[in-house]
Amino acid sequence: MSEVIVITSGKGGVGKTTTAANLGAGLAYLGKKVALVDTDIGLRNLDMALGLENRIVFDIVDVTSGNCRLRQALIKDKRLDGLHLLPAAQTKDKTAIGPEQMIKLCDDLRKEFEFIIIDCPAGIEQGFRNAIAGADKAIVITTPEVSAVRDADRIIGLLEAADLREPALIINRIRPKMVRQGDMMGIEDIIDILAVDLVGVIPEDEMIVITTNRGEPVVLDMNLRLGQSYRNIVQRILGEDVPLMNLDGEGFFRKIRKIFGMK
Amino acid sequence: MLEFIARLFNRGSGSKEVAKERLRLVLVHDRASISPQLLETLKVELIQVISKYMEIDETALEVNLDESGNTVALVANIPVRGMRRAAEA
Repeated sequence: MSEVIVITSGKGGVGKTTTAANLGAGLAYLGKKVALVDTDIGLRNLDMALGLENRIVFDIVDVTSGNCRLRQALIKDKRLDGLHLLPAAQTKDKTAIGPEQMIKLCDDLRKEFEFIIIDCPAGIEQGFRNAIAGADKAIVITTPEVSAVRDADRIIGLLEAADLREPALIINRIRPKMVRQGDMMGIEDIIDILAVDLVGVIPEDEMIVITTNRGEPVVLDMNLRLGQSYRNIVQRILGEDVPLMNLDGEGFFRKIRKIFGMK
Repeated sequence: MLEFIARLFNRGSGSKEVAKERLRLVLVHDRASISPQLLETLKVELIQVISKYMEIDETALEVNLDESGNTVALVANIPVRGMRRAAEA
C-alpha cells in the first residue's frame, strides 16, 4: 500500500522544497522506500536541497514523454538507500506535462515505492494542478505571515474542490518569542483561521541555512531540535501520535518575569 | 524611552491581533469570491436605490461581508438623515 503526498503552499518561499526533502529523507531513514518528485518545471530545486544536483541525467519530462524509462531518471540518494529523486526538467516547456500524465507517473511509482512525495510549484496554475492530480493526500505549508496564511486558505479551498479533503497543515518558521510577545500569530491562531488539522510545527532556525547550503537534509541531524521537529512530522505521517514539541525555551526575560510574578 | 521600557518587559505591540483581524476580513471575501470592487459597485447602487426614498449619509455608509460560523452575511449600516417627500406620498 503506497501513499502519494503532495507538498503545497500557494505562496512561494515558505519552505515547500525544504520540507519535501526532509520528510522524504526522514521516511527513508526509517527504512521506507521513498520517491521524491520535483514538479517545479523550469525552477528545479529539490536536487539542490538533497545535494544531488550533479547526478541528473534525465528528468520528469523525459519520463512522461517517453525519452527514457522511469528507472533511468530516478536518482538514488547518496546517504539513504531507500531514497530516490525524480528531478524536474529545467529547460523544457512547462506545458510538456498534463494531469493525466502525472496520474500515470504516480501509479507507476506506486509499484516500487511506499511513499511518493511531490514537491509542488508555487502558484495555483497548471503546475499546481499537475502536482495534485495523482495525490492521495496533501500537506499545506504556511508561515505565520498574513500573506502566507491567506494563500494557504486559497490552496485549501482548491484542494478540497479537487477532492483532496482534509489537507494537513505544517506551520513553518514560527518564532516562539514573537508569539509570546503578541507580535506573531501562534499555532492556535493559524489553526483557528484555516480550520484544518495540524501535522507539525517547525521553528525558525538559522541551521536550515547551513544545512541547505551543504545539501544535507537537517532531519538526519540527530542533535538538532530543528531535525527533531521534522522527525516528529515523519512519525505522524506514519500514524504515530507524537505530541507537539515545546518550543517555548525559557528566555532570560521570561525567567526574570517569573521571579517577579509577572505574566 | 517608552520603547526601551516596553522591550525591557518583553512586551510586544500586539500586532498579532491586527494580523488576525485583517486576515479574518480578507478571507471572508476570498472564500465568498466577492472582490472589494464588486462590493464597492454594490454600495454605489444601494445608495442610488435608497436615495430615491430617503436622505442618507453617504460618507458614513458601510457595507461589509461578515462571517460567523458557517454563514456569511451582508451587513449594511446606512445612517438616515430624513425621508423624501415624494416617497411619503
